[in-house]
Amino acid sequence: MSHESTPTLYGLMAEFDTAEGLIHATEQARLAGYRAMDAYSPLPIEELSEALDLPKTRLPKAVFIGGLVGCLGGFLLETWASTIAYPMNIGGRPLFSWPQFIPVTFETTVLGAALTCFFGMWGSNKLPQPYHPVFNVPEFARASTDRFFLCIEAADPRFDREATARFLQDLHPLGVSEVAP
Amino acid sequence: MDTTFNPPAELEQHRSRALKAGAVGLVLCVAGAALDRDHFFRSWLTAYMVVLGIALGSTALMMIQHLSGGAWGVFRRVFEASSRTLPLLAVLFIPVVLGVGSLYPWAHADLVSADKVLSHRQAYLNLPFWLGRAMIYFAGWVTLSMVINRLSKAQDDGDISVNMRLQKVSGAGLVFYALTVTFAGIDWIMALNPHWYSTLFGFLMMGGQGLAALAFTIIASSLLVGKEPMNHLLKPSHFHDLGKLMFAFVMLWAYFNFSQFLLTYAANLVEEVPYMLARLHGGWQVLALFLVVFHFAVPWLVLLNRDLKRTPSKLVVVAVWLLVMRYLDFYMMIAPEFSSTGQNLAFAGGEHGAAASHFFFHWLDLAAPLGIGGIWLWMFFTQLAQRPLFAVGDPYLRESLESTGGH
Repeated sequence: MSHESTPTLYGLMAEFDTAEGLIHATEQARLAGYRAMDAYSPLPIEELSEALDLPKTRLPKAVFIGGLVGCLGGFLLETWASTIAYPMNIGGRPLFSWPQFIPVTFETTVLGAALTCFFGMWGSNKLPQPYHPVFNVPEFARASTDRFFLCIEAADPRFDREATARFLQDLHPLGVSEVAP
Repeated sequence: MDTTFNPPAELEQHRSRALKAGAVGLVLCVAGAALDRDHFFRSWLTAYMVVLGIALGSTALMMIQHLSGGAWGVFRRVFEASSRTLPLLAVLFIPVVLGVGSLYPWAHADLVSADKVLSHRQAYLNLPFWLGRAMIYFAGWVTLSMVINRLSKAQDDGDISVNMRLQKVSGAGLVFYALTVTFAGIDWIMALNPHWYSTLFGFLMMGGQGLAALAFTIIASSLLVGKEPMNHLLKPSHFHDLGKLMFAFVMLWAYFNFSQFLLTYAANLVEEVPYMLARLHGGWQVLALFLVVFHFAVPWLVLLNRDLKRTPSKLVVVAVWLLVMRYLDFYMMIAPEFSSTGQNLAFAGGEHGAAASHFFFHWLDLAAPLGIGGIWLWMFFTQLAQRPLFAVGDPYLRESLESTGGH
């Protein structure tokens, strides 16, 4: 079969009208050996991350470390300010009145954790990303309202234009579209 | 699906074991009361406050559940069974009433007349008013629990008109709960010290009760999760919810306690500081540090773990540990007000601070929790066995059982 005239593809995308259909399709695709794929849904579906067998996120560890840095940073900042930079006698208390440093330490801990979480989330999702090939499919506009999509990417070693399209058709989608890169 | 949700037969074993343990503990307590009156009343009050915290905290969480909804409503029957133990707890309060003379400085006319602060407080802290308040608390708590449990029973029988009433009673009930628990904490614990006061004390009581109730609910549910009917129905996500709530209450405990400490530290007032100083000397500082590490830091770090919260057999270990910590926390509030002979320091030293407390632990401090805890558990299992383990009339039950987490 000749492929000369066919343009390169990002992948093939099947459209479903229920979450169950998407979960089923994702499970089937995994069983068939596909790995380079992604599912798109207007609402969070807990089972999907299992069906896609996504790797465990490293974000919690990063957030923990961010919190720890904030915690130590805040405490050291207060210590430095109260004992070295501005050693003032306040109510006869020792300069290193550490209980009074805890509220600020707590706040900077939260700040460190929250900032790490926010930017870590964007970074690990490769955001902001103004262009993505799936936007080339007109039906995909409904991915944020009421449609569910499974996209098997051409990067997958098992991907074959005809066979994968047939495979997706067998999952009873509303339709299968080719995704231009 | 079996929709009768009858409790498993194993409850009967737990019941009789709890009764035996409670009987042994109560016999020891009676012996202790004869041998060492002062220590008996102090130990009893400490253990009593922990167990009362489980029952009252469960009542509050039950009311919050009626108002907020959520998949953790699958544990409502455990909260309800705990709340139905309140009549027993009213009876178990009698030794505290008998021990007023041993426990509280305000009950001694000579101390009151010699102390300006105590004389000033006499309008509030006197026996008739103190007893009257205790009766109001118990009457209110028992009524509240009875009304909500009766409505819940009607809901089981298919009466959907009670759903709205459950919410209304719960809303008003929570206000009553917050006020009475605050005043009970002042009456029964804060008044052990003739001068000390803390405006955060009511929050400390409520936070502690919520934590104790969640820890106990996790323990009770983990006993049920391996058996019919709960084994097919309770999912990791349900325990995850309880674990998350317990995690939050661990932080809340630390937050309230630290706030109380910091305000006292910063204000440095002569009425407030002795309470903290007594707990930072004489061996009590070791217990203080122990609580910081093992009531907060370690449980907090352990509960960060997602998988642990989703595995009942692991989560229950943390829950048991936190209940022990609840006991030590009340021990920390109560025991340093007494000398190692069991006498309130205010009786011995006159002006507070003249006599310092040194760390002690009496054998009755093990017997009292065994007695009160055992007899209370017996009542809890008796109550739990009386109704289906799920609120079958709850309009959200199916949804809650099918929930796999996420919100």
